[in-house]
Amino acid sequence: MSAVATTRQESWARSTWDYYVTTIRTQLQAQFQYRAAVYAYMVALVAEPVIYLVVWTTIARSQGGSVQGIGVGQFAAYYVVWTLVRGWNVVFTPFGWEWRIREGEFSAALLRPQHPIHFELAWWTGQKLVWSVFYIPVFVILSLVFHPALHPRPLEIVVFFFAIWGAYVLRTINNFILGMITIWTTRAGAIFELWFLSELLLSGRLLPLQLMPHWVQSITSWFPFKWTFYFPIESLVGNMSNTALLRGLGIQLLWIGICVTVMRFVWRLAARHYSAVGN
Amino acid sequence: MHALRLAATYLRLGALNELQYRANFFVSVFQSGLAVAVGLAVLALVYSHTPSLNGWTHSELMVVLGVQILLGGIIHALIQPNMQQLMDEVRDGKLDHALTKPEDAQLIVSLRTLRLWQLTEVISGAAVIGVGVARLGSHIGAGRSVAFLVLLLIGALLLYCFWLVLATIAFWLINVWFLSEMFEGIYQVGRWPIGVYPGWMRYSFTYLVPIGFAITVPAQAMTHRLHGHTVVIAFVFAAAVAVVTRWFWRFGLKRYSGASA
Repeated sequence: MSAVATTRQESWARSTWDYYVTTIRTQLQAQFQYRAAVYAYMVALVAEPVIYLVVWTTIARSQGGSVQGIGVGQFAAYYVVWTLVRGWNVVFTPFGWEWRIREGEFSAALLRPQHPIHFELAWWTGQKLVWSVFYIPVFVILSLVFHPALHPRPLEIVVFFFAIWGAYVLRTINNFILGMITIWTTRAGAIFELWFLSELLLSGRLLPLQLMPHWVQSITSWFPFKWTFYFPIESLVGNMSNTALLRGLGIQLLWIGICVTVMRFVWRLAARHYSAVGN
Repeated sequence: MHALRLAATYLRLGALNELQYRANFFVSVFQSGLAVAVGLAVLALVYSHTPSLNGWTHSELMVVLGVQILLGGIIHALIQPNMQQLMDEVRDGKLDHALTKPEDAQLIVSLRTLRLWQLTEVISGAAVIGVGVARLGSHIGAGRSVAFLVLLLIGALLLYCFWLVLATIAFWLINVWFLSEMFEGIYQVGRWPIGVYPGWMRYSFTYLVPIGFAITVPAQAMTHRLHGHTVVIAFVFAAAVAVVTRWFWRFGLKRYSGASA
């Protein structure tokens, strides 16, 4: 074996690396052109947590400064970090996959030797890098207005960094799996909406999960949702112990592993079942 | 009178067009059902932690939610599709088709499309309002109901004006695909009474982005919070906004020079 096999593997790794770098570079140059669009998009994105924050701040103030032990400054920290996490887990949507499949654009993806997920991961990584630059003033303004109680330890910052990339990968893969449903039924919009509804309620996107009824909290352990919102946010704002932080990263990684397995399985079935629609 | 007849014809055409796709009705019902379920779940969550939000009770906030969903239905059925078409045509240089017609251009671009099935949101919103009012248990007289309907119409007019101002920006920026997303984001502000927001936000969401007037004020009529002078201010403000919007639309239109025609 093995000389040949090793070289082949090495060249696969190298070409995949090249592929990522080139796609990210192209995306960097493309995205910097649309500054107005990026900021308008941020306004829409920031509106959602600001609304939640205002509502919970009002409740906390009316109850002497906190709701179940979460104070005004901690709510502010949760929802300000929320904006950063949300920015990171904006990825290609299942509606996008549906559109590609319906319009027949998916045929081209099947001809490439790469799994289509690589392009998405690389393309959106480029978008994140641009986004993070534009995000800095937004973060400063939000902090000046809402005074978040944010005092992370160094380890929390490191874990947070890995957690947002983990959330990004996990959400990309899940949206891809969902999108593939379109190959069997050309209108899967209703399923997508149910999924996002569950995500809204079970991920910590709507509110810190401690405020959910206990039975909802126990449900959240059975879904990947909270590893894309609640865990990254809490890793930075929640004063978790070092073991809890690392354990969290481990479980997030486990979920990525499970979802990658499902993705490979679904992808194999889908590629077999696919029949082009459109031109 | 003539303008009204024209509007009626356009809307009937739009409705007939949509009636071809009846399966979409069920999709819309499903979506509005989900929207109502989420809205109610969020309210239940909030009120499991507090008896009142800035003086508003659970039932009163259901009225606010209902008004927000109802007006959202009007936006999605009538306002947003037309504005989207307008923005797309400005970008593609196809607006000439509307401009060369011998009628008022603003009227035409505002009425060309109707997404009939989105009106299910109007019904589900009205149902939520009904439940909220019933749970309040207080008597709503004819006078209040009329005030509510008039204020709702004013609200729809204000939201239309705001959208038209946004869409008119397309004459300068050309590629404005992000505006719909932005509007949807900001519109969620209306789910809560405008008094909840801190001072500077309250003012911008009342006068700059007229969501306070459009949603909170009609809800006030149904929850015994409405003052006579608010109605007067709403009338004057809506008239002023309508005039300014028309002026801005004409100002933007002057910049248009077809790209492909």
